[in-house]
Amino acid sequence: MIAELGLAALWLSAALAVLQMVAGAMGYRSDKASLAIYARPAAVVQAFLATLAFFLLLYAFAITDLSIKLVATNSHSMKPFVYKLTGTWGNHEGSMLLWVAVLALSGGLLAGLERRLPERTMSATLGVQGFVALGFYAFLILSSNPFERLPVPAPEGSGLNPLLQDIGLAIHPPTLYIGYVGLSVAFSLAMGALITKQVTPDFAKVMRPWVLAAWVFLTFGIGAGSYWAYYELGWGGWWFWDPVENASLMPWLAATALLHSVSVLAARDALRTWTIMLGVVAFSMSMLGTFLVRSGVLTSVHAFAVDPERGTFILVLLGLYIGGALAVFALRASTISEGKRFSATSREGALVFNNVMLSAILAIVLLGTLYPLLTEAFDVRVSVGPPYFNPASAIFAIPMFAVMAVGPLLRWKDDNPRRIQFELALLGAVVIAIIAVVAIFGEYPVLPILGLAFAIALAIGAFLPLRGRNLKRVPTATWGMVLAHFGVAVSLFGMASESAFTSERLAAVAPGDIEEVAGWSVELESVSPVAGPNWTAFEARLNVSRGDGETVEMRPQNRNFWAPPQATSESALLTRWDGQLYIVIGDAAGVDEAGNQRWQLRVWWKPFVTFIWYGGLIIVLGGIISIVGRMQVDLKRRRFAAKAKQRRDEEAELGGGVVPEPAE
Amino acid sequence: MMRFLVALLALIATPLAAQDSMPPAPYAYTQLQDPALEAEAVELMETLRCLKCQSQSIHDSDAPMAGDMRHQVRARLLAGESPDQIRAWLIQRYGDYVSYQPEVSATTWPLFAIPLLLLAIVGAILVRRLGRRRSDEGDAA
Repeated sequence: MIAELGLAALWLSAALAVLQMVAGAMGYRSDKASLAIYARPAAVVQAFLATLAFFLLLYAFAITDLSIKLVATNSHSMKPFVYKLTGTWGNHEGSMLLWVAVLALSGGLLAGLERRLPERTMSATLGVQGFVALGFYAFLILSSNPFERLPVPAPEGSGLNPLLQDIGLAIHPPTLYIGYVGLSVAFSLAMGALITKQVTPDFAKVMRPWVLAAWVFLTFGIGAGSYWAYYELGWGGWWFWDPVENASLMPWLAATALLHSVSVLAARDALRTWTIMLGVVAFSMSMLGTFLVRSGVLTSVHAFAVDPERGTFILVLLGLYIGGALAVFALRASTISEGKRFSATSREGALVFNNVMLSAILAIVLLGTLYPLLTEAFDVRVSVGPPYFNPASAIFAIPMFAVMAVGPLLRWKDDNPRRIQFELALLGAVVIAIIAVVAIFGEYPVLPILGLAFAIALAIGAFLPLRGRNLKRVPTATWGMVLAHFGVAVSLFGMASESAFTSERLAAVAPGDIEEVAGWSVELESVSPVAGPNWTAFEARLNVSRGDGETVEMRPQNRNFWAPPQATSESALLTRWDGQLYIVIGDAAGVDEAGNQRWQLRVWWKPFVTFIWYGGLIIVLGGIISIVGRMQVDLKRRRFAAKAKQRRDEEAELGGGVVPEPAE
Repeated sequence: MMRFLVALLALIATPLAAQDSMPPAPYAYTQLQDPALEAEAVELMETLRCLKCQSQSIHDSDAPMAGDMRHQVRARLLAGESPDQIRAWLIQRYGDYVSYQPEVSATTWPLFAIPLLLLAIVGAILVRRLGRRRSDEGDAA
């Protein structure tokens, strides 16, 4: 029954998406259309049904219902319960259902909560949201049905990839998807405003919390995924410029540009077309990412060509939505003026500069990700990796960091750079001093040195906007910005430090042997077999200490799963304020002269590597504080407006005659 | 990351029966004695693709083939070859695909031309959006 209920809920959601689309279109055509009132309820009920479908699948995984094909191919009755649950989205169909459920949920929230926009704009927005949702329901139901039954229930499931049997799977995909798909609201709002020619500061104020929230989730999801890859893959890498990672980075870059652009529109009524364009690009990148990950095109272009059903489906959706949005943009862009003007040396000027830089980095990532796929279609295989991405994106990232450090110090509209010459000199001196110091102390690659210098300058620059201000009166949203910028600095510092200063030690060691790395001494005490619920492992006991400090025990494992059969290394991490000690035990490696069994040991000392993710968390915190701050101001304004209205009404009742014009 | 989701597909396709039972080559998991030479090796290995993996360099892969390639890199560096020679040898053997560092060639020139074009576009946009404003202001003043 569960599976059939789930499928029925999906079909009903799709039908409601049609209703939402039609009602939205009618509402846009005419204020008096009787059908228009159905757009909001359709979106809300749809959100409920799509979420229900997702929870039904979750339940099927929880009880390991092996009559459902998806459960049988991706789960196993012996798997720990938490991984049964998270396994729901550890596969194509389940993760697409999560995608669609989040899409419906964001549409429902938008329809249920947003009352500030003109009704026509809202109708157009909901119509677009319904149109987008419809395409993805069709994709799910027609080509990726998660509720398909097996003719005969399987006796046992085939299990989940052991790399995915980790708490990371509980955190990373859901948060990333909320961010990815939350951008659909920004897309629909941008289209709604564009169609009804309502690209105003009020529209920007409505759009901003949605963009901020999506961006917060995206940031958190990418950070969580990066840390997961870092400890799970067992080699200490935290970013690989892998196409799947790039697929999540591209929407983030666009969303970052969008959230700054929408702030300028809200505060200054400038950058109207930019904001709309970025709104379109951000969700387009989410959809492109979904295509890259879900079509199988990454495993091999040729595999995609052999079984192109799913890929072609998403590709058609991509063409329809992105092409449609760009067509509307081309038709309507001329009706929107650029908005208020500003000089190059103004806060708007700095934001435009950095938006252009973010867009350029996005273009580089897009090129490097798609180009190998393009050549592969013509049977030429090339690899584009860190040696390409790092310098090519740094060309734009370095000027961006420089402007980011001073941009918030500038005034709106027009400013005299000489007013902030002290700050400019201070930050410039910091950058030069750090480059000089690091270059004297050792030979390091150029990019990490620049990264360190700009990280520290940015960290100082982030707090400079607070200088000379009464801290109690600084708006909450400004604190959010300060924190987020500081988080970027912290994260950049971690990345640069890890790249420049990591020490590595690979060795084959027997029990009793001691290895040294970067002031740490690591002694292998013993290696013993241990067993878990669905794996067996060799566990090493290591005694590590730094200098005269206390000895700590670390226990990395080398696990063997049996369903499906695969080996994984469970790294052991020791976190100190100034970095992490990362230890992995590999396979047995023969015997030493005395006949003792030796084991492969990999040890890294990664100075300040944790700052990468601390920085990410600080950015997320900044984003949340920003949302709270904006909501406080909005609520306060609404309360005042309500009070003023009440007073006017009372006066009107008393006086009955002349009512003064409300001042805004 | 989500790369695992893809890795999952790849793993189902290639059963692990192919797992080598041979012991790894000497330099697969052992560093070179000379730290400068080892640093060169790491720098090179980070830019070589593990051909059996999903987007991993040979420097961070457990695959037996990556181990063999690491051995080749270290052994050849020790024998006095330069990193560029080793890269060229690997490319000759496995094709351009093995190197993460694309070289300018008939098939890869757009990778280098487009960023240059992008620089020009970025410059043009900035001059248009920011440069003119200033002169407008100047005119008005």
